Amino acid sequence: MSFAQKSKSATVIRSSVAWLIALVMFFPILFLTVTAFKTELQAIAVPSVWFFEPTLENFTEVQERSDYLHYAWNSVLTSVMSTLLGLLIAIPAAFSFAFTPTRRTKDILMWMLSTKMMPAVGALVPIYVLSQKTGLLDTRFALIIIFTMMNLPIMVWMLYSAFKDIPHEIFEAARMDGAGLWEEFRHVLLPLGMGGIASTGLLCLVLAWNEAFWVLNLTSSQAGTLASLVASYSSPEGLFWAKLSAVSVLAIAPIVVFGWFSQKQLVQGLTFGAVK
Amino acid sequence: MKKQNIIAAAVGGVLLSSAAVSMAATELVIATVNNGHMIEMQKLTNHFEEANPDITVKWVTLEEGVLRQRMTTDIATKGGQFDIMTIGMYEVPIWGEKGWLKELSFDESYDTEDLLPAIRDGLSVDGKLYAAPFYGESSMLMYRTDLVEKAGMTMPEQPTWDHVADVAAKIHDPDNGVYGICLRGKPGWGDNMALLSTMVNTFGGQWFDMDWKPQLETQPWHDAISFYVDLMDKYGPPGSSGNSFNEILALYNEGKCGMWLDATIAASFVSDPSQSKVADKVAFAQAPTKVTPKGANWLWAWTLAVPVTTTHSDEATRFIEWATSKDYIELVGEELGWGKVPTGTRASTYENPKFREAAVFADAEFKAISSADPTDSTLNESPYVGVQFASIPEFQSIGIAVGQQMSAALAGQTSVDKALKNSQRSADREMRRSGYY
Repeated sequence: MSFAQKSKSATVIRSSVAWLIALVMFFPILFLTVTAFKTELQAIAVPSVWFFEPTLENFTEVQERSDYLHYAWNSVLTSVMSTLLGLLIAIPAAFSFAFTPTRRTKDILMWMLSTKMMPAVGALVPIYVLSQKTGLLDTRFALIIIFTMMNLPIMVWMLYSAFKDIPHEIFEAARMDGAGLWEEFRHVLLPLGMGGIASTGLLCLVLAWNEAFWVLNLTSSQAGTLASLVASYSSPEGLFWAKLSAVSVLAIAPIVVFGWFSQKQLVQGLTFGAVK
Repeated sequence: MKKQNIIAAAVGGVLLSSAAVSMAATELVIATVNNGHMIEMQKLTNHFEEANPDITVKWVTLEEGVLRQRMTTDIATKGGQFDIMTIGMYEVPIWGEKGWLKELSFDESYDTEDLLPAIRDGLSVDGKLYAAPFYGESSMLMYRTDLVEKAGMTMPEQPTWDHVADVAAKIHDPDNGVYGICLRGKPGWGDNMALLSTMVNTFGGQWFDMDWKPQLETQPWHDAISFYVDLMDKYGPPGSSGNSFNEILALYNEGKCGMWLDATIAASFVSDPSQSKVADKVAFAQAPTKVTPKGANWLWAWTLAVPVTTTHSDEATRFIEWATSKDYIELVGEELGWGKVPTGTRASTYENPKFREAAVFADAEFKAISSADPTDSTLNESPYVGVQFASIPEFQSIGIAVGQQMSAALAGQTSVDKALKNSQRSADREMRRSGYY
């Protein structure tokens, strides 16, 4: 076998494996979407039914029973605002950690990361009581603060990794040209670190969008996001898989479309941030 | 002059907006679960709002576990997020006694005497009603008439567990995807322990003796759990330790279970042709018995209650009075169909010919609910109220711990003896810690 033939076979094998992995990863989404168009009886059929007359009945019922736009708006508002607030805090913090490190920088970064190691439920009671005492229960403001705090360690770490890639000398050159801290920040850090900032923001937006634990525990009638809408379709007595699938499709659709358009930045963020 | 006009306009504006605020409707926030009857109530709420223009209703639907957790947290921390709570028969007497719920009193036209006595008594403390039943349920046996007939067997109105085991053996046909019997196995005080408590009751056992000592290593517990594990090993579907109501409902409606003992509410699902492939082949019998009929079938109700933390208790009581009235049942029957009315709460429902015609399970359900007595559910005297639970705050954690042991025994991860020994130890520790002895 010639080198060209060997190379071609290797490419075919690599592509096949990649396709297989992609299909396995995508299968739950496909199954969810297909189930959303089934009747409840078809949804529980074993083995699964793949050829059937699709129905929009589940989507109609979701629209009739729930104010989808109210939940969707809450999701958009809380995830976007928490991401912006997080970036506002994390960018200066990461800038400082990356370019003016002290003896304690690594310890502080590790401490920040360690807060992610505690299960969220461990902090539920104090946060619930604090929210209640301050009148923030069931408010979007409380969710924005909590989502920000929840994602802040990841944001700082990702941005720290991204900023570390910017050569230190560029800042020195800027200083030689008379740039102050603000000019360094605005004209050097932001343009050069924009890729990292964008991918960090996108990832945190997705994490905030999907957050369910705090939403389920701190909201009731006003501030619930799409995560709480999905949870409300689970039933202890009765078949609900098709309707749950329909509401799940509606809940993930906006973020999947958003992720599709920003996948390049997302992948970049995941590889240079979490893994490096 | 111009200045005066501006001031007058401002004052007028303030007065108008104050009037608008005072005329604004009171918003009632109701926490509930996503059960069929609750969804119907949400759909019909506009009738209540039309009759009560000073009230609007906002629904918060939560998953059952989350609902319990949220209710408890909200009431204990005086959160006041909900004006009406959907709670179960287990919580009502405990919360009522603690003073967490408002006492409910309704007009004479509400006809409290029409509420089924077992349900009404289970929701009262010292004769005071703390929650109104929205729908009630017991447990009964649902079976496939075609399979039983084909096997040359019959099913009496109230079979024994031994007879059920015989039928299961005859109709068990796993090669053709039919399992003799499907029973709950998923751990949880409201999941597998609801069923197993009734089995223990009818095998002659109980949760606690009169000194509140746990009785989990007694012979009736051993016999009941051994019988259950053996029955499911031989004639149950694979993976039973993960099955609860919904999982078995799916199996049954697909025609994969010959028999199923579970909540009476299942009868309306399995006999509904739009969701069951075996709707025309289902019949009902009372829950099986062994040494005593006492406690063989459970009793449960989903209820509506008003927490003391609400500032809209009058409006909340008005809503509950509407949602649990005879008129509401009539409204559901006329608007959505008589097969969909919430059952298990009022004697008048079972006397209604329209309902009896629509619900093939009406007689069996009424008999099951009427025969359950939470105050006398064990062969030997017990200090607690409740058929499938003991109405004490400690029961929830004990029930969960014991449920996990029973599920492990069913899955073959431990022996029945060891599971009961571990259960007894954890129940004993909990009761000692709580100062019962």
